[in-house]
Amino acid sequence: MYTLPNKLKVFAIVFMVVGAIGMISGFLSAPSSTAEVKEMMAAHHGEGHGEAATTAETHEAHGAEHGDVAHDSEEAHLEHTLHQMQNRPWSALYIASFFFFMIALGALAFYAIQYAAQAGWSPVLFRVMEGITAYLPVASVILFVLLLLSAFHVNHIFHWMDPELVNPESEHYDKLIAGKSGYLNVPFFLIRAAIFLIGWNLYRWISRKNSIADDTAEDHSYFKKNFKLSAGFLVFFIVTESIMSWDWIMSFDPHWFSTLFGWYVFAGMMVSAITVIAMVTIVLKAQGYLEHVNDSHIHDLAKFMFAFSIFWTYLWFSQFMLIWYADIPEEVTYFVTRIEDYKMPFFGMLAMNFVFPVLLLMNSDYKRLNWFVIMTGIVILAGHYIDVFNMVMPGTVGTSWYIGLPEIGSLLFFFGLFVFVVFTALTKAPLMVKRNPFLKESKHFHY
Amino acid sequence: MASTVIHAIYNDDDILMNAVKAVRNEHYHIEEVYTPFPVHGLDKAMGLEGTRIAITSFMYGILGLTVAIVMMNFIMIKDWPQDIGGKPSFSYLENMPAFVPIMFEMTVFFAAHLMVITFYMRSKLWPFKKAENPDPRTTDDHFLMAIDAGNHDVEKMSKFLKDTGAIEISLIENEDDH
Repeated sequence: MYTLPNKLKVFAIVFMVVGAIGMISGFLSAPSSTAEVKEMMAAHHGEGHGEAATTAETHEAHGAEHGDVAHDSEEAHLEHTLHQMQNRPWSALYIASFFFFMIALGALAFYAIQYAAQAGWSPVLFRVMEGITAYLPVASVILFVLLLLSAFHVNHIFHWMDPELVNPESEHYDKLIAGKSGYLNVPFFLIRAAIFLIGWNLYRWISRKNSIADDTAEDHSYFKKNFKLSAGFLVFFIVTESIMSWDWIMSFDPHWFSTLFGWYVFAGMMVSAITVIAMVTIVLKAQGYLEHVNDSHIHDLAKFMFAFSIFWTYLWFSQFMLIWYADIPEEVTYFVTRIEDYKMPFFGMLAMNFVFPVLLLMNSDYKRLNWFVIMTGIVILAGHYIDVFNMVMPGTVGTSWYIGLPEIGSLLFFFGLFVFVVFTALTKAPLMVKRNPFLKESKHFHY
Repeated sequence: MASTVIHAIYNDDDILMNAVKAVRNEHYHIEEVYTPFPVHGLDKAMGLEGTRIAITSFMYGILGLTVAIVMMNFIMIKDWPQDIGGKPSFSYLENMPAFVPIMFEMTVFFAAHLMVITFYMRSKLWPFKKAENPDPRTTDDHFLMAIDAGNHDVEKMSKFLKDTGAIEISLIENEDDH
């Protein structure tokens, strides 16, 4: 049995506290009136950032995109910036919470794949995966609360939730969003979210129960149950994950759509989840647990990190190239805003998520070096955080983005929470499954 | 100079693996092992050097990438620029996304084909080459280990090989040098 080291507990709590302070100060420092925005912009000018100056022209593009009539008056511009700045701490919170949620969900899908494929190499890692998916219920509650807060207009990060946009009488009436309102409306959005979250958590709960019960069982009935359940879950998952990615991420840009968006989010989710599985395994191994995990298991996980990084790039490029080549205004705005206003994170994450893992993990010897996998893993995780950042921020805060207190605070908070929940869950059951029919093969797995 | 080689034949890959380890423990020199299918881990048991084909593959890939870039730059930018979908046709860099599929395919094409050719050349294989197989049964269900007899006592060696599970042992005098 694994016991939670005190150091790790303190470490996680410190991260949560520091993160919470950052988050709260992010909320407190958000401006509440246009006068404050004016002051802040003046201060920015003084520091020589000059970023605020460029917002004037982008405002027009942004306003038009959102279906507003673009006003030239300064007051309207300030108000627009105010809304962006007020959205920022919420977006930062949402991104960090979604990022760790996505890791837990990806690990759950990976776990289900192992069962459905009756994989022989991985049973020694099952308890690690179960530990990571233990974060799913926590993340689900947090995320659902965030969606509820948006639905009740506590924040305005989901622009389309504004009832004015679908009201034909209103001057803010948006024909495109109104056309989608049969699908994209608040009650249906929440019902979908509830169904997805309940479905995923149900699978996680039952499969974990079966896995524990299998340790003391007489026959392989629990394994068979999990096998069938996993196959069913994967069908449910790939459909719901796709819809989830449209709802929770793509709808930040409600005019824009991409048909492979679900796959794109899925690829990012899988590579982050597998990276975390590898990292947690290495950490436990370094503490002297998991005696049956050998180099070859780490090697295989690193192969998955490598392969899914390339898969992610393939989907990223498939999406980018078609839109870039066709150059249709309603589609291309998505990349225009990102390349113009988010140049650094946009190209930076490409380097982190593609060039870096490809070059570092190509050599098969490097995939067996634990410290190498950890270092590459950190870059991959940071890269995929920025990827989520790039998907959410342009639609919610526009040009008023910055990686500062709210972003780093939220990231630290959820990292602390994730570590705390995952490593606490690891203490709840033996770190090795006992009677999995493939356990022997897994223990002897070598390359 | 004529060399003497002992051919030991096995009929099971697990027995063969253990035999290879035992023979190497006795410091006899294994010249070659002929098997009807790839035996997992045999290369390590025989103490063969790791393959360097991955390195050649990487270099061929880089070559393919370079060829694709030079080729597309010549065809689409220098020689005959065309207006396709209003894309900037006088700059390779600005047109680069359109060429990525070609760059990818050429990288894979060069790496794959040149790697196969390298493998054939390194293994001394070419069309119409006469098979070097000492015993046709190794293409069916038998495994053959060729051990250099050298200055060892042949009687003792045969006995030792019998004990490792060989079903047949024969002494071959090679007239031609190798």
